[in-house]
Amino acid sequence: MDQLLNDFSPGLFFMLLIILLVLIFLMVKFAWKPIMNALNEREDGIKSALEEAENARKEMQNLQADNERLLQEARAERDAMLKEAREIKEKIVADAKEQSIIEGDKIIAQAQATIESEKKAAVADIKNQVANLSVEIAEKVIKEQLSNNDKQLKLVEDMVGDIKLN
Amino acid sequence: MTEKRTFAPIFRDRYFLSNMRNTFFSKIILVTALVFSLGSFANDNNEPQENDSQVNSSEEIQAYISHHLADSHDFTLYSYTNDEGEREHFGFPLPVIVWTSQGLKTFMSSEFHHNDDGHVIVDKDGVKLTKIHSKIYELEEGATAVSFDEEHHATNAHKVWDFSITKTVVGILLAGLLMLWGFSSLARGYKKSPIPTGFGRVLEPLVLYVRDEIARPNIGEKHYRKFMGFLLTVFFFIWILNLLGLTPIGFNVTGQIAVTVCLALFTFFIVQFNGNKDYWKHIFWMPGVPVLMKIALIPIEVLGMLTKPFSLLIRLFANITAGHAVVMGLVAVTFTAREALGVGGSLGVSFFLTLFISLIEILVAFLQAFIFTMLSSLFIGMAVEEHDHH
Repeated sequence: MDQLLNDFSPGLFFMLLIILLVLIFLMVKFAWKPIMNALNEREDGIKSALEEAENARKEMQNLQADNERLLQEARAERDAMLKEAREIKEKIVADAKEQSIIEGDKIIAQAQATIESEKKAAVADIKNQVANLSVEIAEKVIKEQLSNNDKQLKLVEDMVGDIKLN
Repeated sequence: MTEKRTFAPIFRDRYFLSNMRNTFFSKIILVTALVFSLGSFANDNNEPQENDSQVNSSEEIQAYISHHLADSHDFTLYSYTNDEGEREHFGFPLPVIVWTSQGLKTFMSSEFHHNDDGHVIVDKDGVKLTKIHSKIYELEEGATAVSFDEEHHATNAHKVWDFSITKTVVGILLAGLLMLWGFSSLARGYKKSPIPTGFGRVLEPLVLYVRDEIARPNIGEKHYRKFMGFLLTVFFFIWILNLLGLTPIGFNVTGQIAVTVCLALFTFFIVQFNGNKDYWKHIFWMPGVPVLMKIALIPIEVLGMLTKPFSLLIRLFANITAGHAVVMGLVAVTFTAREALGVGGSLGVSFFLTLFISLIEILVAFLQAFIFTMLSSLFIGMAVEEHDHH
């Protein structure tokens, strides 16, 4: 301890005191302050840049999600439309089939009715003609028969034998 | 031929580049060689001794080591004994500035002729000054020579205020200039771009280290900025001076007790001036203990206030002094073990032990700077801490 106190140089102590005060002052002014400010500025810059990047990334994600959602919706809509169209088509085809069957039936029925009425008309016409013919025949027969009794009878018989109703 | 001609310019360019690199490396090698040659010279005796200039006995080695550990008024790089048996000193004198009973006296240290035991007396306008063990003494009125008592203390002379530019002060100024030059260039570099170039790339991580590993965690996010100037200055100051102390130029700045006292006092006053209400309350009226205990704790806490910087100054001083002493002691193995191991053996042992310890000392140089700064910021942190849980 004695040695230590003997070694202590007060002159050196005060020299260093002054040098250190000046050094700290100069270092703060010319080095530490600008360095610290520059470092802080740089760190703030990096921090804000990172935040911006993160925000941009999130935005991108949102956009992508939106796109995906829209796409999904569009796809669903398309599917629905296609399905609907298919249903409509099937329905139309089925309807058309049914309609055509009904229509065909109707035409057939109409045709049958027409045929029936035509047939009736034809039969009626034939009957009329047969009646006329028979009247005419009868007239001729009668006229001939009236001249010859046997012949008259024979004629009637032949004629009646000729006339066959279908 | 044509091929040769086409490649010639490229070859020349390459040669030029490698040449430049070579000159750079050769400079480094030159400096290293110079340093090591000085180191080998440092083994020579610095202390002027009348009869024998060799350092051989362990007493002489001890005297040599203590001589080195003390401050010096000359900047002696090495000395040797010439053919005529006279000591030749290689180095340069430094200015001596002393405040004597007759006022301020200045002269060059060469006037002492490298004498360090009070035999050379410098007369400056009636003030007789002499140098004993690196301290300058003023002789009493009428005395012409220094008389010593049994313990080799001067009886008719007293110490003067010594503001000389000693070797230590030169070291301090050198470190200060290196710091100013290095860090102001780093600061200027930030004006050009936010990323430093060149040597600034080495310095910036160190600054960041002090800020993020030492100041921030110990002082706290809120207050640390205020103390960065002091902490950074002290950290680099101590580190650079510790490293300078490892060079064979032989600075022993941080091993001077006056230097460590000054550094620790800075911490002490910064802590006291920035201590908040809680800090003082914890010293003079400890909360949460009985009144009697509060009174009993006052002297302990006041003592604690003083022991903190005291531990700082002793730790730094003792570590650096011990490091220097051990390195020099191991260098001295060359002489002390010469008989036992032979010249080659003692040289080899000394070389490897010194190399090993020097490597450790490089670590210690950083460690001590780190611990000083770390503890300073810890003490500051304790003083500015806000106790909201009481």
